[in-house]
Order: sequence, then C-alpha cells, then structure tokens
Amino acid sequence: MKKLLMATAAAALTAGTAYAGGHAKEVKLGVLFGFTGPIESLAPAMGDGAELAMEEVTKSGKLLDSATVTPVRADTGCIDNGLAVANGEKLVAEGVNGIIGGDCSGVTGAILQNVAIPNGMVMISPSATSPGLSTMEDNGLFFRTSPSDAREGQVMAEILKERGINSIALTYTNNDYGKGLADAIQSSFEEVGGEVTIVTAHEDGKGDYSAEVGALASAGGDVLVVAGYLDQGGLGIIQGALDSGAFETFGLPGGMIGDSLPANVGADLDGSFGQIAGSDSKGAEIFAEMAKERGFDGTSAYASESYDAAALFLLAMQAANSTNPADYVGKILEVANAPGEPINPGELGKALEILAAGGDIDYQGATGVELIGPGESAGSYREIEVKDGKNETLRFR
Amino acid sequence: MDLLNALVALTNFVLVPGLAYGSQLALGALGVTLIYGILRFSNFAHGDTMAFGAMVTILFTWLFQSMGLSAGPLPTALLALPFGILGTIALALFTDKTVYRFYRQQKAKPVIFVMVSLGVMFMMNGIVRFIIGPSDQRFTDGERFVISARTFKKLTGLQEGLAIKTTEALTVVTAVIVVAVLFWFLNKTRTGKSMRAYSDNEDLALLSGINPERVVMYTWMIVAALATIAGVLYGLDKSFKPFTYFQLLLPIFASAIVGGLGNPIGAIAGGFIIAFSEVTITYAWKKVLTYGLPDSLAPDGLVQLLSTDYKFAVSFAILIVVLLFKPTGLFKGKAV
Repeated sequence: MKKLLMATAAAALTAGTAYAGGHAKEVKLGVLFGFTGPIESLAPAMGDGAELAMEEVTKSGKLLDSATVTPVRADTGCIDNGLAVANGEKLVAEGVNGIIGGDCSGVTGAILQNVAIPNGMVMISPSATSPGLSTMEDNGLFFRTSPSDAREGQVMAEILKERGINSIALTYTNNDYGKGLADAIQSSFEEVGGEVTIVTAHEDGKGDYSAEVGALASAGGDVLVVAGYLDQGGLGIIQGALDSGAFETFGLPGGMIGDSLPANVGADLDGSFGQIAGSDSKGAEIFAEMAKERGFDGTSAYASESYDAAALFLLAMQAANSTNPADYVGKILEVANAPGEPINPGELGKALEILAAGGDIDYQGATGVELIGPGESAGSYREIEVKDGKNETLRFR
Repeated sequence: MDLLNALVALTNFVLVPGLAYGSQLALGALGVTLIYGILRFSNFAHGDTMAFGAMVTILFTWLFQSMGLSAGPLPTALLALPFGILGTIALALFTDKTVYRFYRQQKAKPVIFVMVSLGVMFMMNGIVRFIIGPSDQRFTDGERFVISARTFKKLTGLQEGLAIKTTEALTVVTAVIVVAVLFWFLNKTRTGKSMRAYSDNEDLALLSGINPERVVMYTWMIVAALATIAGVLYGLDKSFKPFTYFQLLLPIFASAIVGGLGNPIGAIAGGFIIAFSEVTITYAWKKVLTYGLPDSLAPDGLVQLLSTDYKFAVSFAILIVVLLFKPTGLFKGKAV
C-alpha cells in the first residue's frame, strides 16, 4: 500500500515534466531534521528552505535528463541519536541520493558514523556547527553550509571586548553543540584578557531553571552569555535571570537568535547582543523574497543554509552528470567555490545550464557560500543587537 | 545590613523559586499518588494530562482575551481554568471508558496498566501537539510581579533584589487552597471516605456496598482537576510547551515515590523535597557567604557542592536512598 501510494505520488509529481522531457529520472534527497525536539520550531522553515531549492530545480527541468527532485523528510529529534540513525538508515533504504542533515551536532555525528560512512552516502548539514565535526573522520563525505563554532567563539570574544565587557558568566545547553561553543567562547575570551566567572550547563526541556540561575547569579559577571536554544533552556535561563534581577544584558550566540526570543521575553531583552552565521550577500534578500512567496519565513535561522545545502547537492550532481554519491561528492567544493559564474538563489536553472555546457559556477546562494578546509562554511557573521523588541543587524564580521 | 543582603539573596534565588516549583510538583504528584492509591497503577500519562488541561485552558484564555475579559491584575487563565478542568475531566472519563475499563474488567496486572498508560501518554502527546502545536505558547497576562527586583532595591536600599512573580505567589496560594479542599473532601465527605475505603481494601469496600465504577469516576475527575491546575500553574509560571510537560513526569514520579506512593501527604512533602534539593545542593553559595562572613573569610571559589549538571542526579540519589532504606517512602505509602 505504502509503495503504491509513493508510486502514485511520484507519478503525479513527475507527470508534468515527464511528458515534456520524455524519459524522466527521479532524484531523491533526504531531509533529515529535528522536526520534533529542541529545535522543532526552526525545523519546518529549514525543511521548506531545502524543498524550495528542489522545487526550483524540478521546475527548471534542466537537471540531468530533466529529472524531478523529490524530498523525503525524516526526523532526528535533534538530540535522539537512536531515532536519527534509524531514520538515516530508512532514508538510505528508500534510495535517497544524498542526505540534507542532520541538524543538531550530536545526531549529525551519529548519522555520519553509523549511516553515511558505512553506506558511502554524502551528507550536507545546514546547521551542525560543533567544532568536533571539523576533525571527525568522514571519508570526505560530510559537508556543512554553516561555519564551525570555533570561529563563532572568536567573533563573540571580539564583540564582547569591543563593548568593554571584562567578565562574563557562561551557560550552555548540555550537548555537543553547546559544549563546543562554550569551550570556544571561553578560550577566545580568556585569550583577549576577559574573565569567565562560571561555566555551567543547563538541560533543555525543563521549565524550571532556578538552580542554574541561582548559581550564575552568585558567580556574577557583566553579562550572561547563553549558548543554548531560543525555544528551550536558553529562553528559560534568560527569563529566570531577568525575573530574579540576576542579569540585565545577555550575550546571544547563533542558537539564540530568532524572532521568537525578543517576542517572548519582551522589552527587557533590549540591549542584549549576539551574532549568527550570515552574510550581507544579495542572496539573502532574494531568498527571503522567494520564501515569502512560498509562504514561509526565509530569515528563520538556518532556512537559507538548508536551501544552499539542497542546491549544492543538485549542482554537484549536474556537474558530475551522475546521482551516485561516489561520483558527485568530488564536485561539491568545485561548484561551491570560485572560479566561475556567481549564482544567486533563484538562478539554479541558469547554473544547471552552465554546468551542462561544461562551464564553471561559483555558487553563492542565500548565504554567500564559500567552503573551506574539511568542507565547511568559512563563516561570516551578522552582529545583532536587540532594539525595541527586534533583532537588528549592526554589521557583518 | 550584610546579613540582610545574604538573606535576601538566599530568598530570591533559593526560597521563592523552590517554593513555587515545589508546589507545582506537589500538585502533580498528588494526582499520580491518587491514581496509584485507588486505581493501583503508575499513570505515565499524567504529564500529558497536565499538558492537555493547560492547553484547553489556554484556548479559553485566548477566547476570553479576544472578548476583552480579564481578571484585572491576575492572569486571565484563572477565569478559563474551570473550563480547562471540565475539558480534562471529559477526556479522562473518555479514556477510562474506552481504554482502562476494558483492562479493569480483565483484572489485568498493574504492569499491563502501566504499559497501557504509556500508550495513552503517546496518544495525548499527539493530540496536544496536533491541536496547539509543539512550540512555546505564552498566555500569562495581568501584573507580572508582586514585587520586582528593581522596586525592592529602591524600597529597601539593599544591594540585593528580591523578586516575587505574581505567578509564584498565585501558585503557592492556589496549591494551599487545593490541598486543603482535597483533604477535606477525602476525610469528611461520603465519597471521599468511600474512595479511601476502596484504596485500603478493595474487596471489603465492595462488600460494604461501595460502587467501584463510581469511585473510579470520582478519582478520574479529581485527578483531572488536579492535573489541570498543576499544568496551568506551571505554564503560567514558566511557559507552556508540550515537551516540557513530558519531561516533568520524572520529577513528579520522584516526588510521589519519595513521599510514599498512594499517600497524599507524602506527595506534597515529596514535591518540596525534590524541588528544594535540586535548588539548594547545586546552589553556589559564594554570594551569600560573601555577605554573611567577615571579609577575611570571604570565599574565592563558587562554594558549590555540585555543579548544576547534577541537578537530576540529586533528586534520583534521594529517590534511591529512600527506596533502599524505606521502600514505602517517607510517609508510609504502598510498597513499590
């Protein structure tokens, strides 16, 4: 029954282009995000972002033999390694040609080790930022369109220093992402002469953070840096610290930047600052427009990175003229970086044409993609300050 | 003056949050303990019953807000609470009729009931997420603070602030009222007495003409009301998110077991023990000691017994110690 359903769905999807292109192929991309769990509020926009790129390519009809691209969504739970690996295997069994994901760093490492490497499957993660993933043995199969947190630690330390802040209290969400980021911030900040009064973990998914806030308040510091998630413990900590008068200004790394935070906390958050991966490329604007048309928020965190991850897969496939991971994996860095014709969001059809003709492209996408070293984004950051209940971009670093 | 500062810091960061959290846990644990005492199984669906109750209340709160109704300085959710309770009672009775009653008639073993409640938990989990979505919902309105840290500092001239949120005060007051009414009901009314009789000895209660289905029905109604109140208070004080209520299950069960499963007084004591142990043992005493001790003795370090990472470990260590030395819990409940 399931097969029949899928076949019908696939048939319906391909119908349009199939008649036009004669013999259409199907390219399947796994979309493996945490649709449940700590970042379940970000995941839908990320999924939409990835699927937007796939729709664009399908519509253009220029991928390989006018192949259609079908997304296959699956859940990682963000912090549930068992679920993530099982779903990763399910995707491979369903015959996907690449996996966009995972989202949170811990599960991403687990999927990479247990699914991608044994099966020779390529993964591009839009949002796993743990520094640990840079050095993890990946057989060249793992890429990410977001920068490593080691870089974010440096940027955060710079911003703190420039604002004349000498001591911080630091709390992080208790997982690979939080720990990696907290280590990066602590070491970078101490390097420039700052003092970290306390480093403490908090668990997500609890409603009550009085114990953590109590400890942080006792240690003191000019600002409280919260390396957590805005829907989760991070929000709870900030709320608790404000309510009890422990801290008034907060440092907010990438996981804490989103519209929901100022909306939830209210005017008290004004003056808090932070940074999130992002660039001032024209692509971001174009992407936001395209997202609006399709009915989702393109400025939602990591939505644009997801679009880029999907686009990179499809462009690399076109460049290699194959949907086999072993064939196209070598082309990913090639299409992402210079030299070549710069490609913005919405120009995927043009890019496919250039590639088909044997030309070179430099995919910029929605985030100004530039992959370095072990296949991760070089990392430009948007410096943000909360003003009048809005995240305002001060400048780019 | 310094001693006062120390006291205020302690109250602000330990006493007030501990009291509020303890009351919320106590109300949750009361529901779990009643089910265990009377229906004789551990109801894993309790956390999600709380979420469902809070959800219905939130929906009514939004309706009232859009109609312009408000409770003045108090949250509108209080007006919506009775409707939330009614909705949850309907759900609890419906679940009992369609699911639990079947297993009761089969005289299924408690462990089967536990598994059944696990299934019910997942169902409710899904229903709540389906209706209101998985993300945070805020429905607190009215005056936010009884006294805020800033006002307190201005008022007293102390260095340390003391903040008491309206929701914290409300939680404690409501918990006291609810517990008083519950005990009056269990001890003084005919129905309450028949419930206790049924809990003490089922066969004897049946022989003396108590209608078991009635007892079961009343139990579910009371438990649904308790769950809704606990869920709404928790949601008001923190925030409403289905995932959090699911996580809340662990400390609630820890509270009920530490106090003695099946014993209402134990559930209340257990709630406060778990809440305060989480806050005090992981509290960094640096600030309080710096104020309290002469300068020469002031500590350099954080003076923290355990890092806050071990918060969960603390409640579970207590749980294990209690089970080892007093398996029936501090206040003689039923053996687990």
